[in-house]
Amino acid sequence: MTAVQHLKRLTLGLTLLGLAAHASAQVQVSDAWVRATVPGQPASGAFMTVTADVDSKLLRVASPVATDVQIHEMNMQDDVMRMGPVDSVALPAGKAVTLDPNGYHVMLMGLTGQIKEGDPVPLTLTVENAKGEQQAVEVKAIARGVDGMAPSHKH
Amino acid sequence: MSTLFTRRKVLTGMGLLGLGLLAGCDNSPKLNFKYGKDLSDKIMGRTFKLKNTEGETVTLSSYRGLMPVVFFGFTQCPAVCPTTLARAAQAKKLMGRDGEIMQVIFITLDPERDTPEILDKYVKAFDPSFEALYGTPEEIAVAAKEFGIFYEKIPAGDTYTLSHTATSFVFDTRGNLRLGLQASLTAQECAEDLLTVMEVC
Repeated sequence: MTAVQHLKRLTLGLTLLGLAAHASAQVQVSDAWVRATVPGQPASGAFMTVTADVDSKLLRVASPVATDVQIHEMNMQDDVMRMGPVDSVALPAGKAVTLDPNGYHVMLMGLTGQIKEGDPVPLTLTVENAKGEQQAVEVKAIARGVDGMAPSHKH
Repeated sequence: MSTLFTRRKVLTGMGLLGLGLLAGCDNSPKLNFKYGKDLSDKIMGRTFKLKNTEGETVTLSSYRGLMPVVFFGFTQCPAVCPTTLARAAQAKKLMGRDGEIMQVIFITLDPERDTPEILDKYVKAFDPSFEALYGTPEEIAVAAKEFGIFYEKIPAGDTYTLSHTATSFVFDTRGNLRLGLQASLTAQECAEDLLTVMEVC
């Protein structure tokens, strides 16, 4: 085991300890979905609505289906789509923050396999409150078609 | 010799114009679009030369008789690319039989990662009629410049993502650039403007 792996384990251990001690704040996640991929496509996006009951921020997201998960922000100006990673997403108390194709979204990079429509995709969100306490939120996103339409909405 | 050629071209042009007038077609240099941008007076997007996913070299003239709708993007794009392709597929459906001459052409801005196999499966997941084009990074740069497309790699951890122009470019069936569809338009709005392009003959 390399030093880095040791460090990662240690960090994980400490994080879990921290989580156990302060899992008090409420974070609601709804409408979580992931865009299905075609075979060989190495990346996809995850989208959802997150509401925290106290001022918090979404620090990171992890998923077993991807080796690298990042939070990106997209914005449009003069019909140019600009994209890039962000450090965190602010979750003001009680406000439903939408991660959708028009703004913040979770990038699942280095996919371990094809994501098919209807597949459940586990996501772990790490949310930190104003006191610096971190909490893990487990979410099960459902894969929609490549066009982003839920199976029930198709005609 | 060259004068003769030019004259012949002019004559042909006049003939076509005459036919157009007889048939009641809209031959005006400008078109009235309700939502998109009229690009009739823009000289761009004419000389791209790329490969389709079967490895055949294609140019704009490969699509003569069809109404090409050209969009630049990349398959690892999480938002605007799938949204635009899904919108194009929906607009095509809304146009009914008229939609049959609409040819969506997706040009990759990420030829290092988008292989022909992935590109083909990707665009056809939206509509089986859609085509994807690729080339070397240099060929893609030339094609993007021809369309006035801005794009740049943005570092993202160990990898990268892309920022890029999100406009769809529409040509009439004779290969004249006509319309620019912004990413903000709906499928219904696109379909209405696409039908206006079809009034040109």
